[in-house]
Amino acid sequence: MNGDKILTVDRLTMRFGGIVAVQDLSFDAERKKITALIGPNGAGKTTVFNCITGFYKPSAGAIRLAHDDGRVIALERLNDFRIAKQAKVARTFQNIRLFPGMTALENLMVAQHNALMRASGFTLLGLVGAPGYRDAEKRAIDLATDWLRRVNLLDRADDAAGNFAYGDQRRLEIARAMCTEPALLCLDEPAAGLNARESAALSELLLSIRNELGTSILLIEHDMSVVMEISDHIVVMDHGVKIAEGTPREVRDDPKVIAAYLGADEEEAVAVMESGT
Amino acid sequence: MTAPSTNTAKPATGILALLKTAFINALVALVLFSLMVGIRTEAGSSGQLTYWTRFGELASLVAIVFGGSIVIELLRQWIGPTGAEKLVPPALQSGMSLIGRYLTPALLIFTLLVPVIFYDQRYILDLAILVLTYVMLGWGLNVVVGLAGLLDLGYVAFYAVGAYSYGLLATNFGWSFWICLPLAGILAAFWGVLLGFPVLRLRGDYLAIVTLAFGEIIRLVIINWQELTGGPNGVSGIPRPTFFGIPLDNSDEGFAARLGIEYSPTHRIVFLFYLILALALLTNWVTIRLRRLPIGRAWEALREDEVACRALGINTTTTKLTAFATGAMFGGFAGAFFATRQGFISPESFTFQESALVLAIVVLGGMGSQLGVALAALAMIGGFELFRGLETYRMLVFGMAMVLIMIWRPRGLIGHRAPTVFLTKAQAISSDLVKEGHG
Amino acid sequence: MDYFAQQLINGLVLGSIYGLIAIGYTMVYGIVGMINFAHGDIFMIGGFIALITFLILISLGLTAIPVILLVVLLVSMAITALYGWTIERIAYRPLRHSFRLAPMLSAIGMSFVLTNYSQVAQGARVKPIPPFITGGYTLHESPDGFVIQLSNIQIMVVITTIVLLVIFNWLVSRTRLGRDMRACEQDQTMAALLGVDVDRTISMTFVIGAALAAVAGLMYLLYYGLVDFFMGFVAGIKAFTAAVLGGIGSLPGAMLGGLAIGLIETFWSAYFSVEYKDVAAFSILIVVLIFMPTGLLGRPEVEKV
Ligand SMILES: Nc1ncnc2c1ncn2[C@@H]1O[C@H](COP(=O)(O)OP(=O)(O)O)[C@@H](O)[C@H]1O
Ligand SMILES: [Mg+2]
Repeated sequence: MNGDKILTVDRLTMRFGGIVAVQDLSFDAERKKITALIGPNGAGKTTVFNCITGFYKPSAGAIRLAHDDGRVIALERLNDFRIAKQAKVARTFQNIRLFPGMTALENLMVAQHNALMRASGFTLLGLVGAPGYRDAEKRAIDLATDWLRRVNLLDRADDAAGNFAYGDQRRLEIARAMCTEPALLCLDEPAAGLNARESAALSELLLSIRNELGTSILLIEHDMSVVMEISDHIVVMDHGVKIAEGTPREVRDDPKVIAAYLGADEEEAVAVMESGT
Repeated sequence: MTAPSTNTAKPATGILALLKTAFINALVALVLFSLMVGIRTEAGSSGQLTYWTRFGELASLVAIVFGGSIVIELLRQWIGPTGAEKLVPPALQSGMSLIGRYLTPALLIFTLLVPVIFYDQRYILDLAILVLTYVMLGWGLNVVVGLAGLLDLGYVAFYAVGAYSYGLLATNFGWSFWICLPLAGILAAFWGVLLGFPVLRLRGDYLAIVTLAFGEIIRLVIINWQELTGGPNGVSGIPRPTFFGIPLDNSDEGFAARLGIEYSPTHRIVFLFYLILALALLTNWVTIRLRRLPIGRAWEALREDEVACRALGINTTTTKLTAFATGAMFGGFAGAFFATRQGFISPESFTFQESALVLAIVVLGGMGSQLGVALAALAMIGGFELFRGLETYRMLVFGMAMVLIMIWRPRGLIGHRAPTVFLTKAQAISSDLVKEGHG
Repeated sequence: MDYFAQQLINGLVLGSIYGLIAIGYTMVYGIVGMINFAHGDIFMIGGFIALITFLILISLGLTAIPVILLVVLLVSMAITALYGWTIERIAYRPLRHSFRLAPMLSAIGMSFVLTNYSQVAQGARVKPIPPFITGGYTLHESPDGFVIQLSNIQIMVVITTIVLLVIFNWLVSRTRLGRDMRACEQDQTMAALLGVDVDRTISMTFVIGAALAAVAGLMYLLYYGLVDFFMGFVAGIKAFTAAVLGGIGSLPGAMLGGLAIGLIETFWSAYFSVEYKDVAAFSILIVVLIFMPTGLLGRPEVEKV
């Protein structure tokens, strides 16, 4: 844990009325690495994501994002859309949130809103059809096409996202997040509901995002085959607190982790113990 | 939703069941109408209330309900349990998009020729101008409701702001229509932003009441601020439009005199027709362009999923505000046109009924569809006009039509959305997938 | 001070009427999630039916005021409730699982139908009745001659409202129907699976809402001594505003919102200007919603992502 850190979560606490969903949680995510956040259902993982991406305002604690260029941004002080726009943190949702009535291509175009907005002179230049905007739009379509190809949905570019199969929707949501050209990509259970083949493809996609583009990834996942295979570092949560962290191997052998999962769900515990061996 | 509905209108079988249903319906009708129709009250000259009975009317109404129930029940059995949905065969529905491709230019050419074809029929020209005014209003509101998915029950307020802006500027300062027109749009847009600010955080039905309240506030202020607006008496003597400075009257300076042709009042009507047509087409053109720009896509994305928008770094506040402002601006233009066409405006023209009518046009059109809105405006205003003779029954029929249309086509005439960008082929998206927004 | 007290009484009476109508809005919203735009017109119909029943009873030679009042109350509640039931069946039930704007427009259409139906059926002129319940008490007389009046009709409006609220509260919290209603409010699918007759429960919601509106219509008739076909629109919007102000979906909120709107209107008329009383009510609604986006007592909407 002495690498270059992109994200530092320091003593994060999130309360809802009487419930303490996250308590005093501290962890780091390294640049150009995949950090996984695991734990039984209700452990508070999604809540951590919502704090990082500005959907919830943390009750206490600090979240720092260090950009390549040395800028350090205090995420807990930015609100909603600014985190995606200025801090360049993109996310997907546990319950997929695409724009179902828009085509796959349109979904990816919306993701490039801010860049296109600038190019269209905040609509005025675009309205009169300025050539600068047309070029920008062409580039945006190229980027979207590129991502559709990467997630293997190019032939469905003009179909409505709402018509996609579940696994395709998950991949499209990742592509959409990547079209914002993020520094940190946060994925909330991207393998949920995928079959084994799709999960394997997902692992490959995430590895390629890390290796080829150097995007840092923060990953919540229950599918241990994915987690153990691709994670560089794993943080384990239970009941809102961190109970362990380390490499996949360290975490797998940690009795506290096994106990937490046993307490929650036997099958998951078995999955943790058996995976990756 | 798959709520296990306990009575999914099982088609009554057998003549006996049929009669039973009809009988029950007639009984309900009898109770409903007994006092309201069977007894007629009237205030006498001395303020004393009198009443007389109308059992004949009551009996015929109940008989109509009885007969009507039988007919509807029979129809339902023939058509099938799903009823109305099937009245539009799917083949026709998918054909609509194809027709749509040719319908739009055909409709446009026809509209351009209306003043030529109906030159002598003042009534039709007036009606066409009215329809186009509503087409424009529908297109304007479509930006807010259809694209951005924000409910606006007070759209008429912006229409009023536009109308009064022109009316007051022209009568008080003598400014010309062509200067006031953009001003009317800007002022209306300004009010749109002003309304937008408080409502940004509100959702769904809270937004509905606030926009409705806003519409009422504007109307009440117009009624009560007599020094400025003339109150209920309105503003009269609003200058008629000029042909870019040349008056369309029969003076020596007038349009006819300058061209050396014989003066006819129809010149002005025709000019007004092309003026509103141009304004409406401008609205349409701008909307179509905006849809393909990032702002328009953000509007639609907002309608689809606001949370996802925020996660993508879209400033939902400004996005909503621009939608409100754009819609309001078009409403303002339409208002200025209305003022110059009528020459007289009063608060009576800006009631909630107008807002409801424009909203009905947008929803009937199929939210977000430009062609649908135009067709809906034609159908609604044209249909409304058919009942001109039956003054008091007009709103009654209009209300019933609104209910029936919603039951028949809850998603409007044009049931699909056209994508704004495509790689290989633009495919229409079924409206079942398209969200309606929650704001 | 005396003037203030008098206005307070007037405001509370008006607020009671608004509150009764607002409950209808809030109940329907709670269960079906739609704004029943026709509800204001249901109130108007209730007023008309009360008026017509009065006329008939009087022309039949009845003189015992309590008997007349009771009959009028029951008849107008019953028939108006049937209006509520019928409207739900015709205009809303087919659209129950449809997209959100369809039932709203259907309701607006229904409101136009009712307004114009009663205009066609009963004419456009205002229908006055002679003061029916007269008399009252002088609560206080100040040296400069200002008196605080509490009329019998005011007492009646307030007492009726309180009695109805007690009954209504019992209905919702203690009876089988009330439990079904709350179940449907939470989750219709689940309620149906557990054996709740959802259709019937929703119908009953409309019936109860309409019956309360009929009572409000009768109160209005007695208090102001007139009805007309357009009164449903204004009163409806006010009551709807009240429901939203209190937090739509919340029953105590509806009553609270009703009282608030009644007081705002009365005090604004008394101290500032009559003309702008509605502007004041609407403006306060907007201001409240800016700071409390779900009204005074509404549940805050948590956005789960
Ligand atoms: N908006 C909220 N309001 C109240 N409680 C919440 C909210 N969001 C999450 N919680 C609570 O926080 C706890 C953790 O939830 P979550 O972060 O979704 O868990 P996980 O993603 O690990 O399954 C749960 O008990 C949940 O009920
Ligand atoms: Mg979760």
